[in-house]
Amino acid sequence: MLILECPYCGVKAEESELAAGGEAHLKRFGAGSTDEDFEGYLFARKNPKGVHFERWRHAYGCGKWFLAARCTATLEVFGTYPAQTAEPPADLVAKIKQKRPEWEGYK
Amino acid sequence: MSEPVSISASAPAAAQASAPAPVSALNGASFEGMVKIREAGACGMITLRGNFASEAFVSAVKSASGLDLPGIRQVVRADGMTLGWMSPDELMLMLPYAEVPGVLARLNAALAGEHALAVDVSDARAVFVLTGTRAREVLAKLSPADLAPGHFAEGELRRTRLAQVPAAFWMTGEAEVTLFCFRSVAGYVMGLLTTAAAPGGEVGAW
Ligand SMILES: [Zn+2]
Repeated sequence: MLILECPYCGVKAEESELAAGGEAHLKRFGAGSTDEDFEGYLFARKNPKGVHFERWRHAYGCGKWFLAARCTATLEVFGTYPAQTAEPPADLVAKIKQKRPEWEGYK
Repeated sequence: MSEPVSISASAPAAAQASAPAPVSALNGASFEGMVKIREAGACGMITLRGNFASEAFVSAVKSASGLDLPGIRQVVRADGMTLGWMSPDELMLMLPYAEVPGVLARLNAALAGEHALAVDVSDARAVFVLTGTRAREVLAKLSPADLAPGHFAEGELRRTRLAQVPAAFWMTGEAEVTLFCFRSVAGYVMGLLTTAAAPGGEVGAW
């Protein structure tokens, strides 16, 4: 069972109260972009075994989108944070680096 | 289930001269099992959206309801008005059904020029009242929320899932929970609650 704390309402929400939204921090390529960039935006995903940044929505709760960092192999949750950001908070990145020294970092 | 569940419906309230009497989703249906379950009939509800950091929004809510904004996940009550925190930019004001038009007019006047929204959703929701010491146990069978004593108490409003539909509930007393859901799923929720509260279904973990 996956439990993520919603950064907006503070509920430690069990997975079935949430809706998954795929990989976080994607850069959008729309009209005017190259075919390669647009294809990458639509289809290319990191899909790592390890640290992953994801979008989740507190669908049955406050309804807001938030972001989460967790390990796809162990399901360890490193943290959650509001979606109004282009990249993970520095303190969360530092925390993950400390726990997973082999992690190559966000990007 | 071994025993058939009987759900009784009370007669609709007498019609007022000016407007036809509101018809609630389940017409006041009730059930008695581990806890008493009652559809609360027509309840007034105004959904409010706006910037909680805006003084104009806060004072408009205060002047129309007499209540200060509740904190995160909190619910505040006074003089027949209940104000619940729904999300970082959404509140639900619960009040007697007949008072909705007047309060809504006051809200909209006070919110003129504000980027905010106040809408009557009374007829889009159904309200249930669960009475009995096992009320939290009945809800815990249906929801992933932590409802253990000490983790969920009076003053907190919890939006969550009841089986397959969204709902929100808060304790209105030591042994009473008020709950609302979308009107379109009122029959489904009544079915959930009566099944979870069926006699003999006590868990007794708390
Ligand atoms: Zn939330």
